[in-house]
Amino acid sequence: MSGEAEVGRSGGGTSGGGRILFPPLPYRMKARITQALGNEQLQQFVGQATDRKTRESDAVLTETFGDRLGPLRELAGRIKQHTLDHLDVYLERFVDAATAAGSHVHFASDAEQANAICVQIARREGCRLCVKSKSMLTEEIRLNGALAQAGVEVVETDLGEFIIQLDGDAPSHIVTPMIHKDRRSVGRVFERKLGAAYSEDPVELCQVARQALRQRFRAADLGVTGGNFLVAQTGSVVVCTNEGNGRMCSSVPRVHVAMVGMEKLVPTYRDLTVLLKLLARSSTAQAMTVYTQVLTGPRRDGERDGPQQMHIVLVDNGRSAILRSEHREVLRCIRCGACLNRCPVYRKLGGHPYGAVYSGPIGAVLTPMLRGLVNYRDLPQASSLCGACYEGCPVRIDLPGHLIWLRKQSVSQGVTGLRERIVFRVWAWSVRWVSTYRLSSWLCRRMLRAMAAVGGNLAKGDRCSARGWIGWRVWPLSRWTAARDLPTPPADSFRKWYAKYRKGSGDE
Amino acid sequence: MKVSLFVSCLTDTFYPRMAIAAVKVLDRLGCSVHFPQKQTCCGQPMYKNGFHREAAVLAKRMIDALDGGEQVVSLSGSCGAMIRAYGDELLADDARLRDAARELAGRTHEFSQFLVDVLHVDLRELGVKWPGVVTYHYSCHLRQLGVTDQTDRLLKQIEGLEYRRLANREQCCGFGGTFATKFAELSGAIVAEKVAAIGKTGAGTVISNEAGCGMNIAGACRRAGCDVRFKSVAEVIAEGLGLLERK
Repeated sequence: MSGEAEVGRSGGGTSGGGRILFPPLPYRMKARITQALGNEQLQQFVGQATDRKTRESDAVLTETFGDRLGPLRELAGRIKQHTLDHLDVYLERFVDAATAAGSHVHFASDAEQANAICVQIARREGCRLCVKSKSMLTEEIRLNGALAQAGVEVVETDLGEFIIQLDGDAPSHIVTPMIHKDRRSVGRVFERKLGAAYSEDPVELCQVARQALRQRFRAADLGVTGGNFLVAQTGSVVVCTNEGNGRMCSSVPRVHVAMVGMEKLVPTYRDLTVLLKLLARSSTAQAMTVYTQVLTGPRRDGERDGPQQMHIVLVDNGRSAILRSEHREVLRCIRCGACLNRCPVYRKLGGHPYGAVYSGPIGAVLTPMLRGLVNYRDLPQASSLCGACYEGCPVRIDLPGHLIWLRKQSVSQGVTGLRERIVFRVWAWSVRWVSTYRLSSWLCRRMLRAMAAVGGNLAKGDRCSARGWIGWRVWPLSRWTAARDLPTPPADSFRKWYAKYRKGSGDE
Repeated sequence: MKVSLFVSCLTDTFYPRMAIAAVKVLDRLGCSVHFPQKQTCCGQPMYKNGFHREAAVLAKRMIDALDGGEQVVSLSGSCGAMIRAYGDELLADDARLRDAARELAGRTHEFSQFLVDVLHVDLRELGVKWPGVVTYHYSCHLRQLGVTDQTDRLLKQIEGLEYRRLANREQCCGFGGTFATKFAELSGAIVAEKVAAIGKTGAGTVISNEAGCGMNIAGACRRAGCDVRFKSVAEVIAEGLGLLERK
């Protein structure tokens, strides 16, 4: 179990490890980065799992779509973009169709309102036990805490979320929430919390969970799900799961509440199929999730299964502000987790150091937009902008571009510190003219070579390749040398060589 | 063919031999190589850190320096990709500059890309010989230029050269410009994986065409006691043609 779980428990863990995903603001990443990098087990689990998922996902996508993968992703991105560009129209269409199918549709402008709606439904219908399938949105709005406060017991039924809830931990991945844990930690928590005999066997562990969950499914009177998509044409909520728990949550209890971000809309079934082709393949390397439910209204007359009431809560919670901005594109996200799996930073840290519900590249973009750049100023900076996320994104969100844009906002809003502002302005000035560029290049060469010479690490020889090395860990050099040695430049620059080389040839 | 060389600040200052090799190889291939002296920094560090006003000033200088309609060969993938941001972002509001930036981006190529996709070079025909075992680090920003396996193809055309593919080749080395200094610890943990992967290949030489990645990986290798040399593909070709003394 990661050390962070301790923090989670002390934080009360209303929706699982409260302080991990909802730290005091403004949040700085440094301490948790150090903690994560010191946890070899964490890096091993996350590294192996993300590496495997990426390889398998790339393989299945290439195998299935070949050269059509690029165009398919473009199409998926355009479908989502089109829907976002006309969200008012499609929302209206969705509400009409869902209402006609017998669902109750509610709007919530923020987390508080969304929770209040769900609590109110539970109170009115006298619900005491809620079974819940995996949903990022309910993590975002901290629904579990709100229901608990209202006296409704909440049981997470996705296996990973169930374990995390029992352990007072917090999810660390959009799709595979317990990517940072292993079977031993599961064995221990089942022993401690469920009184099961300790086991490391996945089949036995699953049986323990299954039995515990079956009882809860039978007894529950409220089922809460998220929604991967909303189909405007039919008023349907689409829920993709792999364990069948989603289906239990939406069909066994009397009342079903789907809590869904309003950006999840797609216009029609045809559009849905395009996105479904990409979602599971990009996410878990499956052709399709094991269960793909299309839920259109509650139980109808003459039907034997299904809830008596179906409620759909459409949640804004900061989304319309993103929608109004020029970076609407971020709302295309279908939460497949491909960008997390491909990110060198996420692979090293896991999700908790992002200090928010959404982690990885999409989290680094979305969190500052949803919860304030000033509160999450490190997130857009903690990226090498390598572009692996953009390359793997099934809906073509230019994540590095959005990170750069957030950095620009940091500068223009004064979030960027004074020291950094001075450094970059001086740097820009130092390369603004050829004369200043030459001078700064010369100074850089001289200073670094002098330092290497003092340390006795300066090689003699060819003026354009013999270099020295600096290992001193004194500030500001330590910003580099803390992690690796610093090579010095050779004695001459390329410019100098070129001037000599072309001398007399009539060139500059 | 007339070629203007675009030499990044880091290459100019830290890895001049990479640019020297490029000049000599392009000369040998019959190009008329020219180094426009007015170029300075392309503005990438300022742009990526959010200082767009400062970056725009440098972008204008680069457009001016590389004016003239010749093919531009960049010795850095990330600086080459930076040219694309000129027209798309930094100078998008000024129609004249935007068009000039897009025109420039259209004729800018990274070195390996230029050899393979524009000149259609086959090193076997030139008789490039370079005995030794190498591995190659793919720099992330080549993605933005659509560069995939150009360097691999060139290396495989060299006589005597044994090419061993790096595990997780596409993973970033953790440099990321100022990211390496803003998050040194994290960057160091990422590059440590690269060093381990390099060690596993048993190669004596690592090919890296990007000065930044080179500084980072070579520095980490040296710290870890992993004894390998670093060269760009241009240097290997120049050495293999006898244009540069082999080091």
